[in-house]
Amino acid sequence: MEAIVQVEQMSKRYGEVQAVVDLSFDVYAGEIFGMVGPNGAGKTTSIECLEGLRHADGGRLSVLGFDPWREQPKMVERIGVQLQESNLPPRLRVSEALALFGALYPDPVPGDELLERMGLSEKRNSPIGKLSGGQKQRLYIALALINRPQLVFLDELTTGLDPQARRAMWDLVREVRQGGCTVFLTTHFMEEAERLCDRVAILDHGTLIALDSPEALIHSLDEEKRIIFHTRADPSHIQLDQLPGVTRFELNGERVMVQGKGERFISSVVAELEDQRLDFRDLRTEQPSLEDVFLHLTGRKLRE
Amino acid sequence: MRGLRQLTWVTFKLYIREPVAAFFTLAFPTMLVLLFGAIFGNEPAEMFGGRGSMDVSLPAYSGLIVGTIGLMSVPITIAGYREQGILRRFRVTPLKPWTYILADQCTNLLMTVIGMLLVSGVAWVLFQIQFAGQIWAVLLAIVLSTLAMSALGYMIASVANGARMAQVVSMVIFYPMMFLSGAGMPIEILPDSIRRISNFLPLTYVVRLMRGLWFGDPLSEHWLEVGVLAGITLVGGVLAARFFRWE
Repeated sequence: MEAIVQVEQMSKRYGEVQAVVDLSFDVYAGEIFGMVGPNGAGKTTSIECLEGLRHADGGRLSVLGFDPWREQPKMVERIGVQLQESNLPPRLRVSEALALFGALYPDPVPGDELLERMGLSEKRNSPIGKLSGGQKQRLYIALALINRPQLVFLDELTTGLDPQARRAMWDLVREVRQGGCTVFLTTHFMEEAERLCDRVAILDHGTLIALDSPEALIHSLDEEKRIIFHTRADPSHIQLDQLPGVTRFELNGERVMVQGKGERFISSVVAELEDQRLDFRDLRTEQPSLEDVFLHLTGRKLRE
Repeated sequence: MRGLRQLTWVTFKLYIREPVAAFFTLAFPTMLVLLFGAIFGNEPAEMFGGRGSMDVSLPAYSGLIVGTIGLMSVPITIAGYREQGILRRFRVTPLKPWTYILADQCTNLLMTVIGMLLVSGVAWVLFQIQFAGQIWAVLLAIVLSTLAMSALGYMIASVANGARMAQVVSMVIFYPMMFLSGAGMPIEILPDSIRRISNFLPLTYVVRLMRGLWFGDPLSEHWLEVGVLAGITLVGGVLAARFFRWE
């Protein structure tokens, strides 16, 4: 796979504070790459060094073959950026923003086409100050895509959005990737990283503590899964604790919890329930998540 | 240069949509014409060399307009845009700083011209004010004055942290100048001591140049004013470019 972003031992400090320490990773063409970690972990500093907004103190950075600090003017022609702390004049209208940004590039995507894709067609004459948080973010994505970039940076895209708008945003990001654009995003929502990203870099205190696909990271925990269901029948005749992988079995009134690990754990338990014709309902499984990975790696919970 | 035309157009529309800025640039000088015109009329007077008080006030009002634009609107807008992260967003586009400033200056010029047309139109209809100069010379004065005052404005913006501070600094600089330079009221009615102070105020040179050219002085009589304003433009422009901050 082609690495379009290469970072080797990047460091950045602000006075006494070491924001990023010896960070190394690659981003491959066509993937959704996520950087996660609590606030202050160094995510925004890292992404802004790659956008050429900040100068890394040390290390080698390459974005689409450019040095993001020295060759920023050339690089910005080919990347798209949505900044975390940024804005546009509140009295500027949506269509005017698109016309303005379009005029800055040689071959822009027509504004109306972008509005259509972002579901903002009805808002084309609205002042930006009158848009909702989700609409604003969609406009910022539209502006980030206007120059047909190869790579788009999205910094804390869904912070401040309600759950529904957040999900809609995930679909949008997937569509962007579908269109052939590589996505580099940061988030402090572990769930977002898990659902959206092909690969996740977990940062804490400016250092990279893990980098892999969400599935592999979770799998590496080797943590136990749980099956929980309700039943009116008496399940004590089923020897659930004898099944492969099962480590614990609890009966609490109508509620039954089975805990275990291994690839076949869930399927063997469910198959056994079916074989014994036990009348169960509301069966659900609980699996470890990226949140647990973070907890395991750092010994603390990721605060929102 | 890419984006210059679009950016100028957008900047102009945003200026018009900002009620406070639009009021002080367009409506305020017009109100002064109505107010002082009603009080003093425009009868020829000895003090003004046989001209009326409105005749001599009108070209001086250009000082109010370029002062409002350059010393108030420019720094407050730029500092505000920086504070809100608007300039930061432009930094990750191919837009060059000087394209941004050029577009801003085009808007400033456009606003000055519109402001002057409005105020002179009203004064001409109500008080039949005189104009004895040449259009091109007056236009030149407008361009030079706008560039010089805006250059000062960009300097204030570079120094000030945040829109609030820019606003305070602008007011402290502009308001005394407005009265002491002869922009708000004819310099002839001010005492000598104050007229000496006015020699140190940049806006005074705007007012002198405009009044002179408005009544047909040849440009050669005003090299001092032209020199001072060109110097401010140059020095202010260099300093502003040197200390311009996107964030």
